[in-house]
Amino acid sequence: MNTAPPGLLAAAWLIARKDLAIEFRTRSAFLSALVLSLLSLVIFYFAWDPTAVAALDVAPGILWVTFTFSGLLGLHRSFGVEAQERAMDALLVAPVPRESIFLGKAFANLVFVLGVQLVALPALALFYNLPFGTVVSSLALVMVLAAIGLVCVGTLFAGITANTRMAELLLPVLALPFFVPIVLPAATATARLLAGRPLAESMAWLRILLAFDLVFLYACTIAFPFTLED
Amino acid sequence: MTPLLEAAALTRTFGARRAVDGVSLALAAGEALALFGPNGAGKTTLLRLLAGLLKPGAGSAHVAGQPLPSVPARARVGLISHRTMLYDALSARENVRFAARLHALPDAAGATQSALEALRVADRADVPVRALSRGLQQRVAIARAVVHSPDVILADEPYTGLDEQGSAALTALLRERRVAGAALVVVTHHLQEGLAVASHAAIMRQGRFVRQEATDGLDASVYAATYRELVA
Repeated sequence: MNTAPPGLLAAAWLIARKDLAIEFRTRSAFLSALVLSLLSLVIFYFAWDPTAVAALDVAPGILWVTFTFSGLLGLHRSFGVEAQERAMDALLVAPVPRESIFLGKAFANLVFVLGVQLVALPALALFYNLPFGTVVSSLALVMVLAAIGLVCVGTLFAGITANTRMAELLLPVLALPFFVPIVLPAATATARLLAGRPLAESMAWLRILLAFDLVFLYACTIAFPFTLED
Repeated sequence: MTPLLEAAALTRTFGARRAVDGVSLALAAGEALALFGPNGAGKTTLLRLLAGLLKPGAGSAHVAGQPLPSVPARARVGLISHRTMLYDALSARENVRFAARLHALPDAAGATQSALEALRVADRADVPVRALSRGLQQRVAIARAVVHSPDVILADEPYTGLDEQGSAALTALLRERRVAGAALVVVTHHLQEGLAVASHAAIMRQGRFVRQEATDGLDASVYAATYRELVA
Protein backbone atom coordinates (compact mmCIF):
# COMPACT_ATOMS: atom_id res chain seq x y z
CA MET A 1 0.00 0.00 0.00
CA ASN A 2 1.43 3.34 -0.99
CA THR A 3 0.35 6.30 1.09
CA ALA A 4 2.02 9.62 1.69
CA PRO A 5 4.15 9.26 4.81
CA PRO A 6 3.37 11.50 7.80
CA GLY A 7 5.10 14.84 8.00
CA LEU A 8 7.81 15.80 10.46
CA LEU A 9 5.53 17.09 13.20
CA ALA A 10 2.77 14.52 12.69
CA ALA A 11 5.30 11.69 13.07
CA ALA A 12 6.87 13.42 16.07
CA TRP A 13 3.47 13.66 17.73
CA LEU A 14 2.81 9.94 17.14
CA ILE A 15 6.15 9.04 18.71
CA ALA A 16 5.61 11.39 21.66
CA ARG A 17 2.14 9.95 22.29
CA LYS A 18 3.53 6.45 22.19
CA ASP A 19 6.31 7.32 24.67
CA LEU A 20 3.87 9.05 27.01
CA ALA A 21 1.47 6.08 26.84
CA ILE A 22 4.31 3.74 27.81
CA GLU A 23 5.37 6.00 30.69
CA PHE A 24 1.77 6.41 31.82
CA ARG A 25 1.39 2.61 31.95
CA THR A 26 4.66 1.83 33.69
CA ARG A 27 5.28 5.09 35.59
CA SER A 28 8.73 3.68 36.31
CA ALA A 29 10.79 6.70 35.26
CA PHE A 30 8.31 9.23 36.64
CA LEU A 31 8.16 7.63 40.05
CA SER A 32 11.95 7.20 40.17
CA ALA A 33 12.46 10.84 39.26
CA LEU A 34 9.85 11.99 41.74
CA VAL A 35 11.32 9.94 44.57
CA LEU A 36 14.80 11.25 43.74
CA SER A 37 13.48 14.84 43.74
CA LEU A 38 11.67 14.52 47.04
CA LEU A 39 14.51 12.62 48.66
CA SER A 40 17.00 15.29 47.55
CA LEU A 41 14.77 18.01 48.98
CA VAL A 42 14.51 16.19 52.29
CA ILE A 43 18.27 15.60 52.49
CA PHE A 44 19.06 19.21 51.63
CA TYR A 45 16.49 20.34 54.19
CA PHE A 46 18.07 18.39 57.03
CA ALA A 47 21.57 19.47 55.99
CA TRP A 48 20.51 23.12 55.93
CA ASP A 49 21.13 25.41 58.87
CA PRO A 50 18.49 28.17 58.64
CA THR A 51 20.36 30.31 61.16
CA ALA A 52 23.45 30.42 58.91
CA VAL A 53 21.93 30.65 55.42
CA ALA A 54 18.60 32.16 54.44
CA ALA A 55 16.13 29.93 52.60
CA LEU A 56 16.02 32.34 49.69
CA ASP A 57 19.78 31.95 49.20
CA VAL A 58 19.85 28.19 49.21
CA ALA A 59 16.54 27.26 47.55
CA PRO A 60 17.30 28.13 43.89
CA GLY A 61 20.44 25.99 43.90
CA ILE A 62 18.65 23.07 45.52
CA LEU A 63 15.78 23.41 43.08
CA TRP A 64 17.93 23.22 39.97
CA VAL A 65 20.30 20.53 41.22
CA THR A 66 17.23 18.42 42.01
CA PHE A 67 15.54 19.03 38.65
CA THR A 68 18.69 18.45 36.65
CA PHE A 69 19.45 15.05 38.14
CA SER A 70 15.87 13.81 38.33
CA GLY A 71 15.37 14.80 34.68
CA LEU A 72 18.31 12.62 33.67
CA LEU A 73 16.42 9.54 34.85
CA GLY A 74 13.61 10.16 32.40
CA LEU A 75 15.97 11.04 29.58
CA HIS A 76 17.80 7.76 29.93
CA ARG A 77 14.55 5.82 29.99
CA SER A 78 13.29 7.43 26.75
CA PHE A 79 15.71 5.41 24.62
CA GLY A 80 15.75 2.42 26.94
CA VAL A 81 12.28 1.43 25.73
CA GLU A 82 13.56 1.40 22.15
CA ALA A 83 16.56 -0.75 23.00
CA GLN A 84 14.72 -3.59 24.78
CA GLU A 85 13.52 -5.49 21.71
CA ARG A 86 15.29 -3.32 19.14
CA ALA A 87 12.10 -1.35 18.62
CA MET A 88 14.34 1.43 17.33
CA ASP A 89 14.88 -0.66 14.18
CA ALA A 90 11.14 -0.53 13.46
CA LEU A 91 11.17 3.25 13.93
CA LEU A 92 14.14 3.60 11.61
CA VAL A 93 12.53 1.48 8.88
CA ALA A 94 9.25 3.43 9.16
CA PRO A 95 8.84 6.23 6.60
CA VAL A 96 9.33 9.06 9.05
CA PRO A 97 12.10 11.64 9.06
CA ARG A 98 14.82 10.82 11.60
CA GLU A 99 14.35 14.32 13.02
CA SER A 100 10.80 13.46 14.02
CA ILE A 101 12.12 10.69 16.28
CA PHE A 102 14.16 13.33 18.12
CA LEU A 103 11.31 15.83 18.29
CA GLY A 104 8.84 13.21 19.48
CA LYS A 105 11.13 11.96 22.19
CA ALA A 106 12.10 15.50 23.23
CA PHE A 107 8.44 16.46 23.55
CA ALA A 108 7.64 13.38 25.65
CA ASN A 109 10.67 14.15 27.82
CA LEU A 110 9.52 17.75 28.20
CA VAL A 111 6.14 16.60 29.51
CA PHE A 112 7.98 14.21 31.83
CA VAL A 113 10.33 16.89 33.23
CA LEU A 114 7.51 19.41 33.64
CA GLY A 115 5.44 16.76 35.41
CA VAL A 116 8.23 16.14 37.91
CA GLN A 117 8.67 19.90 38.39
CA LEU A 118 4.95 20.32 38.96
CA VAL A 119 5.05 17.98 41.95
CA ALA A 120 8.50 18.85 43.30
CA LEU A 121 8.09 22.63 43.21
CA PRO A 122 5.27 22.78 45.81
CA ALA A 123 7.30 20.39 47.96
CA LEU A 124 10.22 22.82 47.86
CA ALA A 125 7.91 25.70 48.77
CA LEU A 126 6.64 23.67 51.70
CA PHE A 127 10.06 22.67 53.02
CA TYR A 128 11.63 26.11 52.74
CA ASN A 129 8.53 28.20 53.33
CA LEU A 130 9.09 30.14 50.12
CA PRO A 131 6.76 32.87 48.82
CA PHE A 132 5.85 31.06 45.57
CA GLY A 133 2.31 32.40 45.48
CA THR A 134 3.26 35.81 44.16
CA VAL A 135 5.80 34.66 41.58
CA VAL A 136 4.31 31.39 40.41
CA SER A 137 3.60 32.49 36.83
CA SER A 138 7.04 34.07 36.36
CA LEU A 139 8.67 31.00 37.89
CA ALA A 140 6.65 28.74 35.60
CA LEU A 141 8.05 30.64 32.64
CA VAL A 142 11.62 30.05 33.87
CA MET A 143 10.84 26.37 34.45
CA VAL A 144 9.42 25.83 30.96
CA LEU A 145 12.24 27.69 29.21
CA ALA A 146 14.89 25.79 31.17
CA ALA A 147 13.13 22.46 30.67
CA ILE A 148 13.11 22.92 26.88
CA GLY A 149 16.88 23.41 26.79
CA LEU A 150 17.54 20.54 29.19
CA VAL A 151 15.44 18.03 27.26
CA CYS A 152 16.90 19.04 23.89
CA VAL A 153 20.47 18.41 25.03
CA GLY A 154 19.49 15.46 27.20
CA THR A 155 17.50 13.72 24.46
CA LEU A 156 20.36 14.07 22.00
CA PHE A 157 22.88 12.57 24.41
CA ALA A 158 20.43 9.89 25.54
CA GLY A 159 20.20 8.86 21.88
CA ILE A 160 23.98 8.86 21.49
CA THR A 161 24.60 6.78 24.60
CA ALA A 162 21.60 4.44 24.25
CA ASN A 163 23.53 1.68 22.54
CA THR A 164 26.63 1.91 24.67
CA ARG A 165 27.41 -0.48 27.49
CA MET A 166 27.69 2.31 30.08
CA ALA A 167 24.76 4.46 28.98
CA GLU A 168 23.70 5.32 32.53
CA LEU A 169 27.18 6.61 33.33
CA LEU A 170 27.90 8.25 30.00
CA LEU A 171 24.67 10.25 29.74
CA PRO A 172 25.33 12.54 32.75
CA VAL A 173 29.03 12.80 31.94
CA LEU A 174 28.29 14.01 28.41
CA ALA A 175 25.13 16.01 29.06
CA LEU A 176 25.93 17.86 32.29
CA PRO A 177 28.51 20.27 30.81
CA PHE A 178 25.91 21.26 28.20
CA PHE A 179 23.32 21.77 30.93
CA VAL A 180 25.43 24.57 32.49
CA PRO A 181 24.34 27.36 30.10
CA ILE A 182 20.73 26.44 30.86
CA VAL A 183 20.92 25.85 34.61
CA LEU A 184 22.99 28.98 35.31
CA PRO A 185 20.51 31.57 33.99
CA ALA A 186 17.59 29.50 35.29
CA ALA A 187 18.99 29.42 38.83
CA THR A 188 19.87 33.12 38.72
CA ALA A 189 16.44 34.12 37.47
CA THR A 190 14.80 31.88 40.07
CA ALA A 191 16.84 33.52 42.87
CA ARG A 192 15.82 36.98 41.76
CA LEU A 193 12.16 36.09 41.45
CA LEU A 194 12.10 34.44 44.86
CA ALA A 195 13.78 37.52 46.33
CA GLY A 196 10.77 39.51 45.21
CA ARG A 197 12.45 41.32 42.35
CA PRO A 198 10.22 42.18 39.39
CA LEU A 199 10.24 39.93 36.32
CA ALA A 200 11.68 42.76 34.22
CA GLU A 201 14.95 42.43 36.17
CA SER A 202 15.30 38.83 35.07
CA MET A 203 14.43 39.43 31.44
CA ALA A 204 18.08 39.33 30.36
CA TRP A 205 18.41 35.83 31.84
CA LEU A 206 15.17 34.73 30.25
CA ARG A 207 16.40 35.96 26.88
CA ILE A 208 19.59 33.97 27.34
CA LEU A 209 17.48 30.93 28.17
CA LEU A 210 15.33 31.45 25.11
CA ALA A 211 18.39 31.88 22.90
CA PHE A 212 19.93 28.66 24.19
CA ASP A 213 16.59 26.87 23.73
CA LEU A 214 16.42 27.89 20.09
CA VAL A 215 20.07 27.03 19.44
CA PHE A 216 19.84 23.66 21.18
CA LEU A 217 16.49 22.79 19.59
CA TYR A 218 17.81 23.50 16.12
CA ALA A 219 21.29 22.04 16.59
CA CYS A 220 20.10 18.88 18.34
CA THR A 221 17.34 18.24 15.78
CA ILE A 222 19.83 18.57 12.95
CA ALA A 223 22.52 16.51 14.72
CA PHE A 224 20.27 13.66 15.87
CA PRO A 225 20.07 11.72 12.55
CA PHE A 226 23.88 11.49 12.51
CA THR A 227 23.85 9.79 15.90
CA LEU A 228 21.80 6.97 14.39
CA GLU A 229 24.41 6.10 11.80
CA ASP A 230 26.31 2.99 12.73
CA MET B 1 10.83 -3.59 -15.74
CA THR B 2 12.42 -2.00 -12.65
CA PRO B 3 13.00 -4.64 -9.97
CA LEU B 4 11.17 -4.01 -6.71
CA LEU B 5 14.30 -4.74 -4.74
CA GLU B 6 17.73 -4.29 -6.19
CA ALA B 7 21.16 -4.40 -4.63
CA ALA B 8 24.40 -3.76 -6.47
CA ALA B 9 27.74 -4.90 -5.09
CA LEU B 10 26.70 -4.31 -1.49
CA THR B 11 29.65 -4.44 0.83
CA ARG B 12 29.85 -3.94 4.55
CA THR B 13 32.82 -4.44 6.82
CA PHE B 14 33.08 -4.55 10.60
CA GLY B 15 36.68 -3.81 11.44
CA ALA B 16 38.74 -6.08 9.24
CA ARG B 17 35.91 -8.56 8.65
CA ARG B 18 33.83 -8.33 5.48
CA ALA B 19 30.35 -9.26 6.70
CA VAL B 20 28.82 -8.68 3.26
CA ASP B 21 31.15 -8.80 0.32
CA GLY B 22 29.89 -7.44 -2.99
CA VAL B 23 26.42 -8.99 -2.96
CA SER B 24 24.11 -8.16 -5.86
CA LEU B 25 20.51 -9.22 -6.26
CA ALA B 26 17.36 -8.17 -8.05
CA LEU B 27 13.84 -9.25 -7.19
CA ALA B 28 10.84 -8.39 -9.33
CA ALA B 29 7.26 -8.21 -8.09
CA GLY B 30 6.09 -11.63 -6.91
CA GLU B 31 9.58 -13.05 -6.49
CA ALA B 32 10.88 -14.39 -3.22
CA LEU B 33 14.43 -15.22 -2.26
CA ALA B 34 15.12 -17.77 0.47
CA LEU B 35 18.51 -17.05 1.91
CA PHE B 36 20.38 -19.82 3.69
CA GLY B 37 23.77 -19.96 5.31
CA PRO B 38 25.61 -20.83 8.49
CA ASN B 39 25.81 -18.51 11.49
CA GLY B 40 28.00 -15.52 10.73
CA ALA B 41 27.59 -15.85 6.96
CA GLY B 42 26.35 -12.25 6.73
CA LYS B 43 22.64 -12.92 6.18
CA THR B 44 21.36 -10.59 8.91
CA THR B 45 23.83 -7.88 7.92
CA LEU B 46 22.63 -8.14 4.31
CA LEU B 47 19.02 -7.84 5.46
CA ARG B 48 19.86 -4.79 7.58
CA LEU B 49 21.56 -3.23 4.56
CA LEU B 50 18.48 -3.95 2.44
CA ALA B 51 16.26 -2.37 5.11
CA GLY B 52 18.38 0.77 5.21
CA LEU B 53 19.38 0.14 8.82
CA LEU B 54 23.06 -0.12 7.95
CA LYS B 55 25.04 2.06 5.63
CA PRO B 56 26.98 0.06 3.03
CA GLY B 57 30.71 0.60 2.75
CA ALA B 58 30.30 0.20 -1.00
CA GLY B 59 27.47 -0.54 -3.38
CA SER B 60 23.85 0.54 -3.21
CA ALA B 61 20.34 -0.75 -2.69
CA HIS B 62 17.08 0.47 -4.20
CA VAL B 63 13.42 -0.26 -3.54
CA ALA B 64 11.20 0.36 -6.58
CA GLY B 65 13.92 2.59 -7.96
CA GLN B 66 14.18 4.67 -4.79
CA PRO B 67 17.54 4.65 -3.02
CA LEU B 68 17.73 3.30 0.50
CA PRO B 69 17.37 4.64 3.15
CA SER B 70 15.18 7.39 1.65
CA VAL B 71 11.68 7.84 3.09
CA PRO B 72 9.88 6.70 -0.13
CA ALA B 73 11.99 3.52 -0.17
CA ARG B 74 11.38 2.78 3.51
CA ALA B 75 7.63 3.32 3.06
CA ARG B 76 7.57 0.18 0.89
CA VAL B 77 9.56 -2.06 3.24
CA GLY B 78 8.32 -4.36 5.99
CA LEU B 79 10.95 -5.81 8.30
CA ILE B 80 10.48 -8.95 10.38
CA SER B 81 13.27 -9.90 12.74
CA HIS B 82 13.89 -12.54 15.35
CA ARG B 83 13.75 -9.63 17.81
CA THR B 84 10.12 -8.54 18.07
CA MET B 85 10.71 -4.76 17.88
CA LEU B 86 7.60 -4.35 20.06
CA TYR B 87 6.93 -2.23 23.15
CA ASP B 88 6.05 -4.63 25.94
CA ALA B 89 4.00 -2.12 27.94
CA LEU B 90 1.64 -1.57 25.01
CA SER B 91 -0.96 -4.04 23.84
CA ALA B 92 -0.65 -5.99 20.60
CA ARG B 93 -3.24 -3.72 19.01
CA GLU B 94 -1.48 -0.54 20.14
CA ASN B 95 1.85 -1.76 18.77
CA VAL B 96 0.42 -2.62 15.37
CA ARG B 97 -1.72 0.53 15.22
CA PHE B 98 1.34 2.65 16.03
CA ALA B 99 3.10 1.15 13.00
CA ALA B 100 -0.01 1.70 10.86
CA ARG B 101 -0.10 5.36 11.90
CA LEU B 102 3.61 5.82 11.16
CA HIS B 103 2.73 4.68 7.63
CA ALA B 104 -0.16 7.17 7.59
CA LEU B 105 -2.69 4.48 6.66
CA PRO B 106 -6.12 6.07 6.15
CA ASP B 107 -7.85 3.34 8.18
CA ALA B 108 -5.19 2.44 10.74
CA ALA B 109 -7.65 0.69 13.06
CA GLY B 110 -9.07 -1.47 10.25
CA ALA B 111 -5.64 -2.37 8.88
CA THR B 112 -4.52 -3.26 12.40
CA GLN B 113 -7.46 -5.57 12.94
CA SER B 114 -6.92 -7.27 9.54
CA ALA B 115 -3.22 -7.83 10.23
CA LEU B 116 -3.92 -9.29 13.68
CA GLU B 117 -6.60 -11.57 12.24
CA ALA B 118 -4.29 -12.77 9.47
CA LEU B 119 -1.77 -13.83 12.10
CA ARG B 120 -4.56 -15.38 14.23
CA VAL B 121 -3.78 -13.22 17.25
CA ALA B 122 -6.82 -10.91 17.18
CA ASP B 123 -8.35 -12.58 20.24
CA ARG B 124 -5.35 -11.44 22.34
CA ALA B 125 -5.09 -8.02 20.72
CA ASP B 126 -5.75 -6.01 23.85
CA VAL B 127 -3.36 -7.87 26.10
CA PRO B 128 -0.05 -6.13 26.88
CA VAL B 129 2.71 -7.67 24.79
CA ARG B 130 4.72 -8.60 27.89
CA ALA B 131 1.88 -10.94 28.94
CA LEU B 132 1.99 -12.85 25.65
CA SER B 133 4.07 -15.95 24.99
CA ARG B 134 7.15 -15.63 22.75
CA GLY B 135 5.29 -17.24 19.87
CA LEU B 136 2.34 -14.85 20.14
CA GLN B 137 4.72 -11.90 20.42
CA GLN B 138 6.32 -13.03 17.16
CA ARG B 139 2.91 -13.14 15.50
CA VAL B 140 2.24 -9.58 16.66
CA ALA B 141 5.69 -8.57 15.39
CA ILE B 142 4.84 -9.99 11.97
CA ALA B 143 1.46 -8.20 11.99
CA ARG B 144 3.30 -4.96 12.80
CA ALA B 145 5.70 -5.48 9.90
CA VAL B 146 3.02 -6.18 7.28
CA VAL B 147 0.20 -3.90 8.46
CA HIS B 148 0.94 -1.45 5.62
CA SER B 149 1.00 -4.20 2.96
CA PRO B 150 4.63 -3.55 2.05
CA ASP B 151 5.94 -4.14 -1.47
CA VAL B 152 9.13 -5.60 -0.03
CA ILE B 153 9.18 -7.91 2.96
CA LEU B 154 12.51 -8.64 4.61
CA ALA B 155 12.22 -11.48 7.09
CA ASP B 156 15.08 -12.55 9.33
CA GLU B 157 14.31 -15.90 10.97
CA PRO B 158 10.59 -15.07 10.95
CA TYR B 159 9.60 -18.53 12.19
CA THR B 160 11.41 -18.02 15.51
CA GLY B 161 9.16 -19.11 18.38
CA LEU B 162 6.14 -19.84 16.19
CA ASP B 163 4.10 -22.98 16.78
CA GLU B 164 2.61 -25.05 13.95
CA GLN B 165 -0.44 -22.80 13.62
CA GLY B 166 1.68 -19.66 13.66
CA SER B 167 4.11 -21.08 11.11
CA ALA B 168 1.22 -22.03 8.82
CA ALA B 169 -0.28 -18.54 9.18
CA LEU B 170 3.07 -16.95 8.34
CA THR B 171 3.66 -19.18 5.32
CA ALA B 172 0.14 -18.41 4.07
CA LEU B 173 0.69 -14.70 4.57
CA LEU B 174 4.05 -14.68 2.76
CA ARG B 175 2.54 -16.62 -0.17
CA GLU B 176 -0.42 -14.25 -0.25
CA ARG B 177 1.89 -11.23 -0.32
CA ARG B 178 3.88 -12.80 -3.15
CA VAL B 179 0.73 -13.35 -5.19
CA ALA B 180 -0.22 -9.72 -4.48
CA GLY B 181 3.06 -8.65 -6.07
CA ALA B 182 5.41 -8.20 -3.16
CA ALA B 183 9.07 -9.18 -3.28
CA LEU B 184 10.37 -11.16 -0.32
CA VAL B 185 13.71 -12.02 1.18
CA VAL B 186 13.44 -14.72 3.83
CA VAL B 187 16.47 -15.61 5.91
CA THR B 188 16.12 -18.95 7.63
CA HIS B 189 18.03 -22.00 8.76
CA HIS B 190 15.11 -24.25 7.87
CA LEU B 191 15.38 -25.25 4.23
CA GLN B 192 11.83 -26.63 3.98
CA GLU B 193 10.23 -23.45 5.33
CA GLY B 194 12.36 -21.24 3.13
CA LEU B 195 11.83 -23.21 -0.05
CA ALA B 196 8.07 -23.39 0.62
CA VAL B 197 7.66 -19.66 0.02
CA ALA B 198 10.54 -18.89 -2.35
CA SER B 199 10.91 -18.57 -6.10
CA HIS B 200 14.68 -18.37 -5.73
CA ALA B 201 17.16 -19.73 -3.23
CA ALA B 202 20.65 -18.58 -2.36
CA ILE B 203 23.32 -19.88 -0.07
CA MET B 204 25.54 -17.34 1.62
CA ARG B 205 28.94 -17.96 3.08
CA GLN B 206 31.57 -15.53 4.33
CA GLY B 207 29.56 -12.57 3.06
CA ARG B 208 29.04 -13.86 -0.47
CA PHE B 209 26.42 -15.73 -2.42
CA VAL B 210 28.05 -19.05 -3.21
CA ARG B 211 25.04 -20.50 -4.98
CA GLN B 212 21.86 -18.99 -6.46
CA GLU B 213 19.07 -20.71 -8.35
CA ALA B 214 15.35 -20.78 -9.04
CA THR B 215 13.37 -23.13 -6.83
CA ASP B 216 11.21 -24.50 -9.69
CA GLY B 217 11.76 -28.24 -9.79
CA LEU B 218 14.27 -28.06 -6.98
CA ASP B 219 14.41 -31.23 -4.91
CA ALA B 220 14.57 -30.25 -1.23
CA SER B 221 16.61 -33.28 -0.19
CA VAL B 222 19.15 -32.77 -2.99
CA TYR B 223 19.33 -29.08 -2.10
CA ALA B 224 19.86 -29.96 1.56
CA ALA B 225 22.81 -32.19 0.60
CA THR B 226 24.27 -29.41 -1.57
CA TYR B 227 23.82 -26.94 1.27
CA ARG B 228 25.62 -29.18 3.73
CA GLU B 229 28.46 -29.65 1.27
CA LEU B 230 28.82 -25.92 0.62
CA VAL B 231 28.76 -24.76 4.21
CA ALA B 232 30.85 -27.59 5.65
